Amino acid sequence: MSTETQEHDPLLAHQFEDVEQQTDSYVLGMWVFLVTEVLFFGGMILAFILYRNMYFPAFAEAHQKLDWRLGGVNTIVLLTSSFTMAMAVWASQKRDYGKQLMFLTITVLCALAFLVIKYFEYSAKFEHHLVPGTNFHFDGQNQNGVQLFFGLYFALTGLHGFHVLVGVLVIGVLMFRVWKLRKQEQDYVPTELVGLYWHFVDIVWIFLYPMLYLLGGVHI
Amino acid sequence: MSAVAEPKTEKNYLNVDYSIKSWLTTLDHKRIGILYLVAITIFFMVGGFMALLIRTELATPQGDLLSSDQYNRAFTMHGVVLIFFFLLPSTPAVLGNFLLPIMIGARDVAFPKLNLASWYAFMIGGTLGVISLVLGGIDTGWTFYAPYSSNFSNTPVVWAIAGAFVAGFGNIATAVNFIVTIHKMRAPGLTWFRLPLFVWAQYATAVIGVLGTPVIAITIFLVAFERLTGMGIFDPARGGDPILMQHLFWFYSHPAVYIMILPAMGVTSEMIAAASQKRVFGYEFVAFSSLAIAIIGFLVWGHHLFVSGQSVFAGLVFSVLTFIVAIPSAIKTFNWVATMYKGNLQMNTPMFWAVAFLGLFLIGGLTGLFLSSLATDIHLHDTYFVVAHFHYIMVGGAIIGFIGGLHFWWPKITGRMYPESWGKAGAIMVFTGFSLTFLPQFVLGQLGMPRRYHTYPEEFQILHVLSTGGAYLLGFAMTTIIVYLAWSAKYGKPAPPNPWKAKGLEWETPSPPPTENFTYKVVVTEPAYNYHKDSGGHH
Amino acid sequence: MHGHISSPATFIKTFIILLILMAVTVLVATKDLGWLNTPIAMAIAICKTAFVVLFFMGLKYSSRLSQVWAGVGLLFFIILIGLTIPDYLTRHDLPGWSE
Repeated sequence: MSTETQEHDPLLAHQFEDVEQQTDSYVLGMWVFLVTEVLFFGGMILAFILYRNMYFPAFAEAHQKLDWRLGGVNTIVLLTSSFTMAMAVWASQKRDYGKQLMFLTITVLCALAFLVIKYFEYSAKFEHHLVPGTNFHFDGQNQNGVQLFFGLYFALTGLHGFHVLVGVLVIGVLMFRVWKLRKQEQDYVPTELVGLYWHFVDIVWIFLYPMLYLLGGVHI
Repeated sequence: MSAVAEPKTEKNYLNVDYSIKSWLTTLDHKRIGILYLVAITIFFMVGGFMALLIRTELATPQGDLLSSDQYNRAFTMHGVVLIFFFLLPSTPAVLGNFLLPIMIGARDVAFPKLNLASWYAFMIGGTLGVISLVLGGIDTGWTFYAPYSSNFSNTPVVWAIAGAFVAGFGNIATAVNFIVTIHKMRAPGLTWFRLPLFVWAQYATAVIGVLGTPVIAITIFLVAFERLTGMGIFDPARGGDPILMQHLFWFYSHPAVYIMILPAMGVTSEMIAAASQKRVFGYEFVAFSSLAIAIIGFLVWGHHLFVSGQSVFAGLVFSVLTFIVAIPSAIKTFNWVATMYKGNLQMNTPMFWAVAFLGLFLIGGLTGLFLSSLATDIHLHDTYFVVAHFHYIMVGGAIIGFIGGLHFWWPKITGRMYPESWGKAGAIMVFTGFSLTFLPQFVLGQLGMPRRYHTYPEEFQILHVLSTGGAYLLGFAMTTIIVYLAWSAKYGKPAPPNPWKAKGLEWETPSPPPTENFTYKVVVTEPAYNYHKDSGGHH
Repeated sequence: MHGHISSPATFIKTFIILLILMAVTVLVATKDLGWLNTPIAMAIAICKTAFVVLFFMGLKYSSRLSQVWAGVGLLFFIILIGLTIPDYLTRHDLPGWSE
């Protein structure tokens, strides 16, 4: 990384004094933004904890309605995408833009695979009348608890899925930028910031997977 | 005073480009501050009109002007508009945007594009809120309590929720921007303990914005989700728990009161220091009390749930924690008074506003202690006592601080002086009108008048008529202020760089400042409020 | 943070550890350990998160300020649940709260 600071560095925005200040500001800004994301999902996770304790038998029953295999595949897919994202940041720091684009492509493909699997899971829930609302139907005495479980399931995975979708778009824009400027020296910070966001999306899933799929027990 | 002879020669942020496009695409923090000012003034007038509707209805014991349904909509829209679209962005987004980078000697905030985006998010949110108003207004109360808001109300709740949700993104963006700006953009030599207290207050405010706003976002998202899908996360009929909604709501909305009052406290510190020509007494204590309020403010939300079905144990814990938050507030108040003591007092307009703030905030804060006592609150909960208490904080504190700050920095923002006698008259009228409106409400509440009713027993009429009269005086005073400030922006006397002989980087640059804020490289070598060296002011 | 570039070897090691932890959490879920089910699953998730945050996100090598802010996020999430749950635990007479 270059430490010298020129007066008219093309990579330096006008409000900053030097590249170090600029890099620090962007990275700190991203971390502060991720703090807001922690509390955004935190509110729903609190609701999940409380209702799971209130309706323990119902939640145990509802866990079984989710396919831990599909969730597990999705976990592996997202972990892989996180790994390739980290490698893309590394390639960007090494100014190897060909490798960077390759790693970003794998990341996007993983993200899309995640969404496709999620789509199949969702449509199965619709078929089995497990989507809360007028269409919901569940036999037995745990009806309220099961509906709450699936309400939180769709709210949590829906917002997480939305974050994945946003990630796909942002990585797409980043790839276009890297490709367009591949002949020049580029700042690695945009990749670093997208990477931080993407790893956060992965972390959310790291918690959602055991919470939603595994806590009721798994039968192989 | 050469500025009088040739006012147009120097380029500043206002005369650099006059086109509408240059304003709507500006990345200049000063212009974005002005954009916010124009937008929130409109929302202020809408919310103020609702207030007058409410007070007019309450002039008589019968429900003759508004039906109960219309009354519900009027007080809900009053709250929604003034809290989400006026108070939350008021001091941070207007004065903070304008002043923060100048006070720390920077050319701009860390992320200018994000700053502009936050204004557009605010405008989209505001537009959604206005749509809910045009569709008839909502009747849930500004708190959106479920399950009424989610499964029962027949009003356009989702529009208002969407508005508050999107405007929340604007608040988060501004908060992230300020945090990074204060950490990373300070001029050489400007250490944390040389920062003006306004900057400390803005930092504490931004911390609350970042930590709290996402929680209310998810809360009202779930309410809207419940309303749209018909599931029952907060509906007890379907197994949900409405008290959870209140926990989540107040986790943000109680600290949000500090989002409103902390920046006003920062403004007050600046005004009192300048008008006393003295360093703020106990600078470090005032600075840290801002952070203490921000953090302790997150531990007290349960005092809104004392009679909601929260456990008695939790009520006790929250009651004790609420008492603690009074300590940093009291530290500030004592230190402001100590700053004035033996100061070279300038009885100018900003000082009038600062004194009004001190008195009203004191009453608002102390009545808060009544309400944080469990047993007293059972009697006073949901009465006019509560209404009066939070208006003392949010109007007597936050709005008076904001308008005072607007007067203090108006010469810097517009390059023009407002008429001083009008400024003082405005402060006196606001103080009188406000006190007349809300002092009787403490009595009403203690006598048992509940909030959110449009009819009442005849024996309460005299107090209600006093309150309504005060509200009209307050409305008249606010209109007067808007008119003379707007007038002075064009026709006022040109302002010198430092009309108050105040200390601070913003007073060392021309009025109005150039686009890049300073024409020289800022290096700070002295502490904040360094008045003692030349107590008669410098130059 | 300046000048620090994590090596691909670090990322590969982290990735493998994450996959192993993922397998462990599924295997543990096949056994019924009674009240330990939830704490173990959450402990593994926290462990995985720590690896992602420290190495993939590079918090280990980030500025102190970023580390503090990451900690603040965690702290306030704990405050949110830590002050809400006691209300529910002490609300014995609430119907449905029997577990």
